[in-house]
Amino acid sequence: MTTLNPAKKNTVSGRKRAVNILVHLLLALLAFIWVMPIVWIVLTSFRAEPGSYVNTFFPQSYTLKNYVKLFTDRNVLNFPKMFGNTLIIAICSCCISTFFVLSVSYSLSRMRFKLRKPYMNMAMILGLFPGFMAMVAQYYILKAMGFTEGSMIRLALIIVYSATTGLGFQISKGYFDTIPRSIDEAAIMDGATQWEVFTRITMPLSKPIIIYTVMTSFIAPWVDFIFARVICRANADQFTVAIGLWNMLQKEYINQWYTCFAAGAVVISIPIAILFLFMQRFYVEGMSGAVKG
Amino acid sequence: MAANKTGSKNSVLTAVKNGDLWTRLSMILMGAGLFGHGQKIKGAIVFVFEAAFIFYMLATGFHALAMLPGLGSVEAGEVYNEAKGIYEYSAGDNSLLLLLYGVVTLFVIAAFIVLWVLQMKQSYKCQKNLEEGKHVNSFKEDVQSLFNNNLHITLMTLPVLGILIFNIVPLVFMICMAFTTYSKEDNHLMLFDWNGLTQFGRVLNMGGNIGRQFWGVLAWTVIWAIFATFLNYILGMILALIINRKDTKGKGFWRFCFVLSIAVPQFVSLMIMNTMLQPYGAVNVLLQNLGWISKPIPFWQDATLARITIIVINLWVGIPYTLLQITGILQNIPAELYEAARMDGAGPVTIFFKITLPYMLFVTTPYLITSFVGNINNFNVIYLLSQGGPTYVGDTAGQTDLLVTWLYKLTIDFQYYNIGAVIGILTFIVLTVVTLVTYRNSGSYKNEEAFM
Repeated sequence: MTTLNPAKKNTVSGRKRAVNILVHLLLALLAFIWVMPIVWIVLTSFRAEPGSYVNTFFPQSYTLKNYVKLFTDRNVLNFPKMFGNTLIIAICSCCISTFFVLSVSYSLSRMRFKLRKPYMNMAMILGLFPGFMAMVAQYYILKAMGFTEGSMIRLALIIVYSATTGLGFQISKGYFDTIPRSIDEAAIMDGATQWEVFTRITMPLSKPIIIYTVMTSFIAPWVDFIFARVICRANADQFTVAIGLWNMLQKEYINQWYTCFAAGAVVISIPIAILFLFMQRFYVEGMSGAVKG
Repeated sequence: MAANKTGSKNSVLTAVKNGDLWTRLSMILMGAGLFGHGQKIKGAIVFVFEAAFIFYMLATGFHALAMLPGLGSVEAGEVYNEAKGIYEYSAGDNSLLLLLYGVVTLFVIAAFIVLWVLQMKQSYKCQKNLEEGKHVNSFKEDVQSLFNNNLHITLMTLPVLGILIFNIVPLVFMICMAFTTYSKEDNHLMLFDWNGLTQFGRVLNMGGNIGRQFWGVLAWTVIWAIFATFLNYILGMILALIINRKDTKGKGFWRFCFVLSIAVPQFVSLMIMNTMLQPYGAVNVLLQNLGWISKPIPFWQDATLARITIIVINLWVGIPYTLLQITGILQNIPAELYEAARMDGAGPVTIFFKITLPYMLFVTTPYLITSFVGNINNFNVIYLLSQGGPTYVGDTAGQTDLLVTWLYKLTIDFQYYNIGAVIGILTFIVLTVVTLVTYRNSGSYKNEEAFM
């Protein structure tokens, strides 16, 4: 380091301080912009004034009624039922997708077979098609199987959310790639089969990526509304939470349901936000792995 | 090694040429070769598949194939039954189902051919193994190998079937629709025909109504994707750099504030934004109460303003993602590069544009391509914010519609299935071109060692 004379040092640190203050002010302003909508929706969910749009930014008085109505009013928009539907769908499709994703990414990472490269190329090409271009056709296939009536709609949604998850192997494959192959080789030398390597060695070493996969596939049904809307059509008793919330903002309901929408948004967001903050580091790890590879 | 090489040349032709009676018999009676060469159970299973295939073809397959070229022509209608004195409704042909069954049958036939080729190769292999006195796997050993060296078959069969049935078949089916008259226009919802490239001509013809909309939507889609990708990327990177500065206090807290906004499900936060920016929504109310504006700002009603609003809100949505994803990579930039630049008297701006940005562009090109593709296909942001609006009278596409949201509207709302399918195919082509061109011109492809 070069030696500075004291006078110069003072002006430098003075400038530095000004920059520091500016930076922190800027960050505070940005953080305010980013957090504001979230604070606003939380406040609105406790708003006592009815109606959709009111002429004050912050609510005038607060109440818990919106939450009570959300969970007890089962006549118009049956939120508890939607919540139950979504939970069932999420649990089932989560199990299937996790199995699919881990199987495919383990095979692609560890096994060497003729169709390995073609499979990866195919996944890339299929990823370039608009996701729901196939949606209408999926609907007709499910209809031909008889899955689009009554409670079978849930099964249809489970299939839609989980059937094609084998294409989303990139992040977990990136993770498996980082586990040294020498561990597998040693186990195979000791007479383990590939299945034993997969279940007894790789899986226990891959907890972070398993948690990540479980969580992403559990969250998907809660936040998707395109597929759900196409498959459920007008079957109100099969709606998922996302369609319910969307409906609350439509012309027929918005005046009655706007504050309940806010409450619903908060109720759905809290668990998902917790899950997300929890799995964030796995996401970052997977990402930097995927980019490197 | 040499033996290995002849082994790998085990093609169907050699199987037919050099096969013994059993192997040749399996050209017709599938599985016979396996059965005759000691793999009795496997041979029987293959034969059951053949029987099932023949049964399927006789029951529905041939009919489905026969209907595929014409897609049916019998109209549903009422026929007067004189004996009973009533009108009877006759079910006409449903072209959509005929097309679906036709496509499915083609896939079944393809699968059958693959199975046929596989069993020919296998029975020839068994035959050779027997001739050379090598070991032929028993059924039990085959099953065991499914959990050992062939584990990938066990693990990947179901996922691949899922992809095949619920992704590839539907895609092929939709692609077929682009070449038909399947649309609400001219009432072709029940019965439709093949009509070649007519729809492509309509969509690409700039003079027509649909064509004019298509080029407009395409232009906006590209502009949107460029802004959404690069603004998010650069601003997110600057934010990450600011937070990571040595002198910034409370790094974790700042990061938490930004990450919080992506922890809320995207469709929820987008719907909130949509309502906040309505004419009587919270933002206009706030600005009016502050006395800054006298009339509500028409965020969603004015085309230009709606486009700007969407890009800005997408910054709100996207910057935290960038922050999350590239913080780690930013810290990997070799410190010597910065030291050297500072020695030469470079300021922070120069350092950013001469070192940070080129380095990041080099390392994260794959990420940029993925996010560009994601933005072209970004359904949620557009549909939940503006629903593509504002829409001019007589148009199917709104001023903020992307190709994907327009595709959604065309199929779900307007039922112009054929044009929707054409849009989907064109989107795919645009994406493929963009991906290939950027990838081939990117630093990481051209010059792999630039930063090593």
